[in-house]
Amino acid sequence: MATAKQAEGTTTIQLVLAWGFVGIPLVLGVLQTLINAMKLFQ
Amino acid sequence: MSANTKNGDQGTKEDGAMSVLSFLDRSHTVAKPGFSRWMVPPAALCVHLCIGQAYAFSVFNLPMTKLIGITQSTPNDWKLTELGWIFSIAIFFLGVSSAVFGRWVEEGGPRRAMFTAALCWAGGFFISAIGVYAHTLWLIYIGYGFIGGIALGIGYISPVSTLIKWFPDRPGMATGMAIMGFGGGAFIAAPLSVWLMSKFNTATHIGVAETFIVLGCVYFVFMMIGAIIVRVPAPGWKPAGYTPPVQAQKLITKNDVFVYDALKTPQFWLIWWVLCLNVTAGIGVLGQASAMAQEMFPGHITPVAAAGFVGLMSLFNMGGRFFWASTSDYIGRKNTYFVFMVLGFVLYCLVPYTGAVGSVAGFVCAFLIIISMYGGGFSTVPAYLKDMFGTRYVGAIHGLLLTAWSMAGIFGPVLVNYIRQYNVEHGVPKAQAYNTTMYIMAGLLVIGFICNLLVKAVADRYHMKANDPRAHDTVAARA
Repeated sequence: MATAKQAEGTTTIQLVLAWGFVGIPLVLGVLQTLINAMKLFQ
Repeated sequence: MSANTKNGDQGTKEDGAMSVLSFLDRSHTVAKPGFSRWMVPPAALCVHLCIGQAYAFSVFNLPMTKLIGITQSTPNDWKLTELGWIFSIAIFFLGVSSAVFGRWVEEGGPRRAMFTAALCWAGGFFISAIGVYAHTLWLIYIGYGFIGGIALGIGYISPVSTLIKWFPDRPGMATGMAIMGFGGGAFIAAPLSVWLMSKFNTATHIGVAETFIVLGCVYFVFMMIGAIIVRVPAPGWKPAGYTPPVQAQKLITKNDVFVYDALKTPQFWLIWWVLCLNVTAGIGVLGQASAMAQEMFPGHITPVAAAGFVGLMSLFNMGGRFFWASTSDYIGRKNTYFVFMVLGFVLYCLVPYTGAVGSVAGFVCAFLIIISMYGGGFSTVPAYLKDMFGTRYVGAIHGLLLTAWSMAGIFGPVLVNYIRQYNVEHGVPKAQAYNTTMYIMAGLLVIGFICNLLVKAVADRYHMKANDPRAHDTVAARA
């Protein structure tokens, strides 16, 4: 029973993958926007 | 033998279809012990980052005015004014569908709603691609505007109540994370769309249709991953170490209000006006930021710098959604909206002054804070509704409240554009043409302040009783 429960639990790798899946494209998009926004201060 | 086999095959297929459909049920999304609640925000972001593409739809406008002429518009090409309706229709149906399907989303659970949103969002892109191929604008109105708008509404509210239930200790932060994704979706969609169009573009063809097809496929996969990951907490689940406050808080109810009973309460309509006025004030300047900056500071802010300013505003719109919603967990929702109204009033009144003294830095700072509060208004409101009406129907009530967004989407730009036009036609210099609008926006926030001030706890007679027959379906679904 304990083993079954452990198998159903969320692993750190799953968390990293899930956050990376949404976080990496978002960070890349934000960086791109920041680079463009810097033109305001030039 | 053969008939039996056929019947058997048919039965197997039906069973397969049923098992796929049952996979979408709320009962199949209940989390098992050991599931981390931190998996739910990425699931919500999978949907919100995709539907947030709506904010970047304008990147297609110019290419779609040259589908026939390729290098320049011909008389048979679509006009920008005609194309502008695509976004307006989509936002209109966002409000309508979130209001109409709110209860369906709430009772069916987040996975079914996310799946439906993914189908509609991808389907909207595919129909729009056919519209581009056939050069038939009404197909794009139906595809992206109507069907995509339904995806926007269902997708927007799909994870809200689930996040609130997973994070009873930080409901503002949880919904802020998801709704931040809606603001951030454009950061991914805009460069991705431009890159895809450059790949499909040839000397005789603009690659808008192919880009729509690729985006539809990519968004479908992305949203389905969110639908697969998402879970609802088991009944009675609480975060480890969390104890609900024993002392009753005046503006945080422990009861639930039935979705349609919420419409009978003054609180719903007061919050509706608070959101509507806050959004009206922000959305008007968001759409006109580039032109406004250049006209108020001629020679100081160039078109390139103005584009940078718009990008910076989008970042603050996104960041404000997380910052203000998280802050509301500490200072309370009502106080957060007081900050929006008071600070917004001061900043709107200061904008004409920054123009008069030529302070670009003051102008930029004022608008970045204003736009962060515009985003914050969206992300704080689900937690405000949860405090007022309980968690059971918060997603559906939130859906009804989003009609305020549709209304503000019409009034905000109209206020800014028409008042500016009126002033210019009556001899007001362009640099001062926005001053009246700024004071009107400040006035709207005063009304918003009064509405927020009038928000009190919901009367007991609206609270659902334990034996309320209307709760039966939801309870059965949860079980």
